[in-house]
Amino acid sequence: MSLEPRAGQTPSILKKSTWIDFGIRLTAVILALVFTSLILVIAKAQPLEAYKSILQGAFGTTIKFTSVIASWVPLVIATSGLLFTFTAGLWNIGMEGQIVMGAVFTVGAFRIFDETGLDPSLVIFLAFLAGAAGGIFWALLPGLMKIYGGVNEIFGGLGLNFVAKTAAIWLIFGPWKRPGVASGSGTEWIDIPFRLPYIPGTNLSLTILIIAIIVAVFTAIMLKGTHFGLRLKAIGKNDKAAYILGIPTTRYFLLAFGLCGLFAGIAGAILVTSKQYSLIPDAGFGYGFLGLLVAMLVNYHPIWSAVIAFFFAALSIGNTELQYMGLNSYFAGVLQGFLVLFVVLVDGVRKRLVTKL
Amino acid sequence: MKISFQHINKWFGKVHANNDINFTIPSGTIQGILGENGAGKSTLMKVLTGFYQADSGEIFLDDKAVTISSPEDAVMMGIGMLHQDPLDFPPMKVIDNFLLGTRGGLFPNRKQVEKDITRLSQEFDFQINPDSFVETLTVGERQQLEILRLLWLGVKVLILDEPTTGISANQKEKLFATLLKLASQGLTVIFVSHKLEEVEQLCSRVAVFRQGQLVGEVMPPYDTDQFVYMMFGKSVEVADKSTFRSEVPYIKLENISLEDYRLRLRDINLEINCGEVIGLAGMEGSGQRLFLRMLTGLMRPVGGSILYGGHNFTGRTYPVFQKAGVAYLPAARLEEGLIPGMTLTEHFILSEEHHELFVNQKSAIDLTEDRIREFYIKGTPASQIEQLSGGNQQRALLALLRNKLRLILMEHPTRGLDIESAIWIWSKMKERCKDCTSIVFTSSDLDEIIQYSDRILVFFGGLVSKPIDADTTTVDELGQLIGGKGW
Repeated sequence: MSLEPRAGQTPSILKKSTWIDFGIRLTAVILALVFTSLILVIAKAQPLEAYKSILQGAFGTTIKFTSVIASWVPLVIATSGLLFTFTAGLWNIGMEGQIVMGAVFTVGAFRIFDETGLDPSLVIFLAFLAGAAGGIFWALLPGLMKIYGGVNEIFGGLGLNFVAKTAAIWLIFGPWKRPGVASGSGTEWIDIPFRLPYIPGTNLSLTILIIAIIVAVFTAIMLKGTHFGLRLKAIGKNDKAAYILGIPTTRYFLLAFGLCGLFAGIAGAILVTSKQYSLIPDAGFGYGFLGLLVAMLVNYHPIWSAVIAFFFAALSIGNTELQYMGLNSYFAGVLQGFLVLFVVLVDGVRKRLVTKL
Repeated sequence: MKISFQHINKWFGKVHANNDINFTIPSGTIQGILGENGAGKSTLMKVLTGFYQADSGEIFLDDKAVTISSPEDAVMMGIGMLHQDPLDFPPMKVIDNFLLGTRGGLFPNRKQVEKDITRLSQEFDFQINPDSFVETLTVGERQQLEILRLLWLGVKVLILDEPTTGISANQKEKLFATLLKLASQGLTVIFVSHKLEEVEQLCSRVAVFRQGQLVGEVMPPYDTDQFVYMMFGKSVEVADKSTFRSEVPYIKLENISLEDYRLRLRDINLEINCGEVIGLAGMEGSGQRLFLRMLTGLMRPVGGSILYGGHNFTGRTYPVFQKAGVAYLPAARLEEGLIPGMTLTEHFILSEEHHELFVNQKSAIDLTEDRIREFYIKGTPASQIEQLSGGNQQRALLALLRNKLRLILMEHPTRGLDIESAIWIWSKMKERCKDCTSIVFTSSDLDEIIQYSDRILVFFGGLVSKPIDADTTTVDELGQLIGGKGW
């Protein structure tokens, strides 16, 4: 039998399929741009002008550019968390609620330690820990409900998103309301020493940038290089067989939810300490949902997710510029939506073609 | 319907799966297609049913050239195929499975369909209730269901791909009777198999395939040695019967009772010795699977105790059993045993115990290459498991077994393998018995059970026989017990 090892061939095959993959994704991006342009034309706007102003809005000045990075930070952290659950085959739709809970716990910690006179950096650290705990807590709930109650994590997460948001609103208008009047604009701001300082002349805190890079690198290494990542992948693809091969699936499901919640909580804490400085009803800013889109778009690949998250952040920041053209500044959402749709569509078409061959 | 293949060629990459196939199947016959795994039998059948398009060549139905571009097309032209793995929808009812395959009407005529199912079912002496859920049926019953469905759709050619794997002796008899009846009614039956005995028993003509080529057509009377020679290009010897059973008991079952929603096994007492092989015989769904899963900790007994090497394992979970050296090879390879979408290398990494954080790719690939060589798996370390053929998946599953094991539990270990591979696999397993590993396995092939077991348990409707000595029993005796006689 001709069974000599063919390891030498493997990389070239891999490379080839990576390029095909890349080409397919590029096709999807082009299609998304074409369709978005079509909508711009319908809205009686110059597509090229619009794209140019988005670019200017994102990269025109240092402030704008650093805003993009500041927006990339929570997005890449949320996406990283979701990569763990996606790899394990779990749809953690509850991400947004987990970020909200992270923010709630962070603000709660600040309220507790506000008057203690502890060193501000220690308080910030404790607040981040609290935020992380909040995120983990809220992520383990759908996990436990799935494992012990047989509740699909999509429904569990969806429900818990509403509960988290309602809890935030209750706190804002109830126990944590501002002295005098309760307001939908949020709770009282945290004291200045607790706010993460920006790099002078920018909109970006160095601390959060470092955290984001650590999280992204950690995620890539864990998923691509470790036994943990491989086992998670095995569970995601076939949990029955993984269990019989000897992987404790229940523990890994919970670990995936826990890690995802950890990152959600950190994202929540970052939003409180470097952006909003208070608890607002929309404390997650939609980063949980956007993270789901990014993770799907990159087909759960950690390195690409950092790139695509940056692209999405640039779109979100850049599109505020569109108001000056008389367009709604939510317009970036149209492009983001089209992108995901076309990537999924093109991928489906490719699979069809492959099975036909 | 008369089917004629003219110069059919099909390539998969560099593999010439069908190499200039020419032959004709007259209508009203049972045509056997014989060959080992990968000989090109299934490919040709998939070309005929529109799953694949031939790279060149033509198919004639009743002397008319046709293009079959999809399985649906094939059914419209009267060609239906029964696949190795049933293509039904387990969580749905029998009747819904019927309705799914039909065209037309927003509101299907359920009453009429229900009547049709019952009528067809009676005609062939099947017991299929239109209202039962498919997932509660055995593999054999699901097969019957699929045959009825295809007949109901009006097929004139019925293709069966390895139909006797996974069904009981009884169901096999019924299947053969059905096929003979259908042929006498003028249907063309194509019976794809690698089992000589079945082909000889059933088919009125046989086409033998080897390595993508049609090596010959044979008419009765058949000569087994000639078939073997045609299939393999050489003669194959049957393995010697060897035993490594010691007198040291390792596993002790005391008054074990098992239950699931439709079956109850009571008071099983058994000692399994070091190096012993125990075969479980019986109709599919008679409790063998419950028994095996109990021995792995995947199924908790409702009463009694399990002792492993003197330690009480009753109520322990699968990971505990696994740590103690128990391995389980499920029958549903791609559902419970292997992970589609992952490579061979990844499987080998997962199957070993690792305590370090990072994966050592180099040593993993080395290990995989060793195992590929040792187990003659046709694939590379980077092959995705689902791209391997069924037989190679089975070899991979066996190659995944860890080195030091005390007990191996296997469901249909050689299902879908040709004779040569089956003999080879058993020699591999017997080697393990020398090191005091015990084996418990199920099989629907009684010859396999008698050949390789030291002792045999027969399961029938919730009853478990006393251990039967494999040296003194016969296929007939086991067959009687399986059929419920002599209890």
